[in-house]
Amino acid sequence: MSIPAIEAEQLSVSYGGRRVLDQVSFAIEPGSFVAVLGGNGAGKTSLFRAILGLTIPEQGYVRVEGQNFGKGRMPVGYMPQMRRMVAGQLSGWHMVAAALQGRTWGLPWCSARARAEVDAALDAVDARDLAMRPVMSLSGGERQRLLLAQALLDQPRILLLDEPLASLDPARMRETTRRIYDLARERRLTVLFSTHDINPLMGFMDHVLYLAHGKVLLGSVDDVMTTPALSALYGAPVEVVRADGRLFVVADGGADTLHCCDCAEHTR
Amino acid sequence: MFAYEFMRTAFVAAFLAAFVCGPVGWFLVLRGQSFASHALSHVGFAGAAAALLWGQPAFLGFGLSAVLSGMGMGMASDRVIGRDVMIGLVLSLAMGTGALCLHFLTRSAGAATALLFGDILGISPSSLYWLGVLAIGCVAGLAVMSRPLLFASLQPEVAEAKGVNLRLLDVLFLALVGIASAMCSQITGVLLVFTLMVAPAAASLRLGFGPMQGMVVASALALFEAWGGLCLSWLSDCPASFWIALLGSVVFATANGVAHLRGR
Repeated sequence: MSIPAIEAEQLSVSYGGRRVLDQVSFAIEPGSFVAVLGGNGAGKTSLFRAILGLTIPEQGYVRVEGQNFGKGRMPVGYMPQMRRMVAGQLSGWHMVAAALQGRTWGLPWCSARARAEVDAALDAVDARDLAMRPVMSLSGGERQRLLLAQALLDQPRILLLDEPLASLDPARMRETTRRIYDLARERRLTVLFSTHDINPLMGFMDHVLYLAHGKVLLGSVDDVMTTPALSALYGAPVEVVRADGRLFVVADGGADTLHCCDCAEHTR
Repeated sequence: MFAYEFMRTAFVAAFLAAFVCGPVGWFLVLRGQSFASHALSHVGFAGAAAALLWGQPAFLGFGLSAVLSGMGMGMASDRVIGRDVMIGLVLSLAMGTGALCLHFLTRSAGAATALLFGDILGISPSSLYWLGVLAIGCVAGLAVMSRPLLFASLQPEVAEAKGVNLRLLDVLFLALVGIASAMCSQITGVLLVFTLMVAPAAASLRLGFGPMQGMVVASALALFEAWGGLCLSWLSDCPASFWIALLGSVVFATANGVAHLRGR
């Protein structure tokens, strides 16, 4: 068996005094496209931070390609959740270039080689033209493309994408997912793709890593997205509903939609 | 105008301050820390007043207190920076402490006016040496750290993931802001540091220049304000600080208008 791209063993992580991951173990195969699912506060971002070495586990460990890379040295491209961007009037190109050069000291002057690297990353996500515009003038989807471009710098072998579909409309969600999927296949990347809504990823993902109540469940969509499997994970009855080829996870009786709230709105 | 040594000294001092204020101010505005710089200059005022009371140079007291406060703010960055109430309280306490120190000075009126509104024509030629050393040190320090600082300013989460030490950068940068505030206060006084440090940088960012060009343009605009203020002061017999503040507003308003016309 090949060395897992990411392997967690008895991993426990707390955030804000609450244990969000409690002795979880899993192994992600190299080259797989994994949807990381879970509600707000389920620990998706905490898991990514633990993988990146930014959060020290209380217990257990997480390894990348079987090694303990130092912080900032692992072959991982990271796309954080999109928050307020301070770039303002700076162009998207400069934002991406800053990510390329930011680990070295010196003036933010770009050599021809650095410029070519930035251009190549922007070309990969078809964002060369929009990167010439000020970041503040870009839409949410366009900013996501810039963040994806910066995650592709330095030739990563693994991509950690934290809510890349946030603030996108359903058509853009599908388009963005396809773009990421094509890139991953072309470059043989392992992708961990966190999202609240599994439906835009249907047909693209190899596995689902479902987080709830500090525990995780890893497997194929058919194995994980079932009423018995998720009820066992939540420790309470939940129901997985399939309608028009879409999946919804709802609390027992349908009083609360645990996932796909947005989808439920769109399909009404 | 240049026949007088105090005017030649003032022009050189203004050049040195503008040289520093451009790049430091550019990062301040980019990082949304303009108000923090305002607070640092007020803390510097308390330090300067205390230094005068103890018979030490005001500039030394200003510089030390501003740099140490900047480093303190950097170390407590998450808890202080961006917290309006906290910064406002520190600012008020510093001004109050400065007022107390000046109360015990026999020459308090003149000293207070010089500290609060600047006394560029009173800068001695011998102090140009120290201003020059600080200016070169400050800009060199910023040049060395500008790549990771830019990365950390634009995408802190990614920068941290790539191994950039955000806390160290906060501390070092705010220490440089303390030095720049001390230099700038010599020209404009404590209350108007904002106009030379923030207005040109904000105008430069508004015009959409990249990082390198943006910092150079910010310095050029700061120099225009400072030298323009000196010239207008000479011609009108009004304080240079007033003209610098006025030119700062004009520069920013013009940049805003140009950006608007260009559809940015």
